[in-house]
Amino acid sequence: MKKYTYTEKKDTRSGFGAGLSELGKKNPNVVALCADLTGSLKMDAFAKEHPERFFQVGIAEANMIGIAAGLTIGGKIPFTGTFANFSTGRVYDQIRQSVAYSGKNVKICASHAGLTLGEDGATHQILEDIGLMKMLPGMVVINPCDYNQTKAATIAIADHDGPVYLRFGRPTVPNFSPADQKFEIGKAWVLNEGTDVSIFATGHLVWKAIEAGEQLAAQGISADIINIHTIKPLDAAAVIASAKKTGCVVTAEEHQMNGGLGDSIAQLLARELPTPLEMVAVNDSFGESGTPDQLMTKYGLDTVNILNAVKKVMSRKSVIVS
Amino acid sequence: MATIAELEKVCTQVRRDIVRMVHAVNSGHPGGSLGCTEYLVALYFEIMNHQPEKFNMDGQGEDLFFLSNGHISPVFYSVLSRSGYFPVKELATFRKLDSRLQGHPTTHEGLPGVRVASGSLGQGLSVAIGAATAKKLNKDNSIVYSLHGDGELQEGQIWEAAMYAAAKKVDNIISTIDLNGQQIDGSTDNVLAMGDLKAKWEAFGWDVLSMNGNNLAEVVETLNNAKKHTGKGKPVMIIMKTEMGHGVDFMMGSHKWHGVAPNDEQLAQALKQNAETLGDY
Repeated sequence: MKKYTYTEKKDTRSGFGAGLSELGKKNPNVVALCADLTGSLKMDAFAKEHPERFFQVGIAEANMIGIAAGLTIGGKIPFTGTFANFSTGRVYDQIRQSVAYSGKNVKICASHAGLTLGEDGATHQILEDIGLMKMLPGMVVINPCDYNQTKAATIAIADHDGPVYLRFGRPTVPNFSPADQKFEIGKAWVLNEGTDVSIFATGHLVWKAIEAGEQLAAQGISADIINIHTIKPLDAAAVIASAKKTGCVVTAEEHQMNGGLGDSIAQLLARELPTPLEMVAVNDSFGESGTPDQLMTKYGLDTVNILNAVKKVMSRKSVIVS
Repeated sequence: MATIAELEKVCTQVRRDIVRMVHAVNSGHPGGSLGCTEYLVALYFEIMNHQPEKFNMDGQGEDLFFLSNGHISPVFYSVLSRSGYFPVKELATFRKLDSRLQGHPTTHEGLPGVRVASGSLGQGLSVAIGAATAKKLNKDNSIVYSLHGDGELQEGQIWEAAMYAAAKKVDNIISTIDLNGQQIDGSTDNVLAMGDLKAKWEAFGWDVLSMNGNNLAEVVETLNNAKKHTGKGKPVMIIMKTEMGHGVDFMMGSHKWHGVAPNDEQLAQALKQNAETLGDY
């Protein structure tokens, strides 16, 4: 098992803030909009450095999406910022008509996605956002794994001409990916080469997949571990190659099973290479108040859940083989 | 500058286009389209500084128009084609398979003159404000226009946008409400009365003008006057009283022709009331 280390834990939203600030300095067309969550989204640096290009819209997310769509007419590259819940479900029709169907170059940047928002509870813990966004034709959906990758992704999406949904979160997580990485949309990152099982993880579950891989290695199980930071377009070649090699698949994400990464991979494999598959994801349930760690445990999104899924899917593989 | 008589001729032809388009596919929205004919003709043939033959999405250095109540696409398409954005003969493809003239306007098929999809109501004012803001960032002194239905004002996003434009002094926008008093289920007063709209928009911080939208000379004069109200720290709103179905007697003043096409006999009657002035498509 390849060794991954980190010197500190950082929140992915701060990676977004740092990336936006860097973008602001190098690209005069980048503008940012926020719906009264500037501090939570870590957009303060950009707002301070470029007040003329920062638009505080107040608690009016629908208007924010529409203004962002309009700003593209005139060559601007708008980055909108609010919680994932208010970035997607609340403004779905605005995104659908004024952004996606209209082909507007808007970057919808969403923090506090998933259960790890914590104590605020289920009203704010959206677990459906990946599904909502990936269903929109032409929408790119990205869920980076740590601070460095979120920063790199933020910078990279400015060069993509078209709508993007960038999802990140509130808690601090191990910052293990290289600071100088080049982020390529739609290109999976193979973290470890293995032969017994494929683990496809996204967002906060990527580090847990690495932890699971280490424990599996100690048990003599060799896991192919792949960070799927771009859920759409999915790196189909990487998924198929890995599944072909290992013959069984586990997916892991902080999202509903319905509509998430596991759903995308299951669809792909069912069409191209039917393979036993287990999903580590929330099973048709809302969240609740609690600490992020408590919630990840209660809703089955921990390292141990990945390990259990690996054992289950490997036993299914042997059943099929025999 | 076009004379009022010349613009009247365009209006008559546009009205023919509208009824012929909706008749051909037995669908579409003639009522609101006919009521807004003078407004759109005045805007595209007299008021706006724009480049129909050289359409580009960014429209820098040009005035821009956003149709928020996208269901009145027949009048929008007719005026766009008649002012040179695309061939007039393409009006024959309205609402048909593989057409750039979708039921509601969209950028998706690349129709020149359209800068955002509309049809799901309430979104166009926000988009227009965004485009006006981009103009300010680009030091472009052009004006952004938008049109909204009165029933559309029941959408909450309109009021989010209204509040924003005044608070942030987006004063390079001239929006217009088509006050025809009708919506699908009946009169706006019966469906959801909106009270004193002038007072409401003024309370939201807009500079509010009014006009009779079916009096061409008054429309041209008011729009010219509205330009003088821009650049003074307030967004500008024109409350435009119109008659749904204007120019076709049996369609006038009723919500029944909101989304219903005329039959053969009714088409003939409508065309008789609007002479062919510029050549049918």
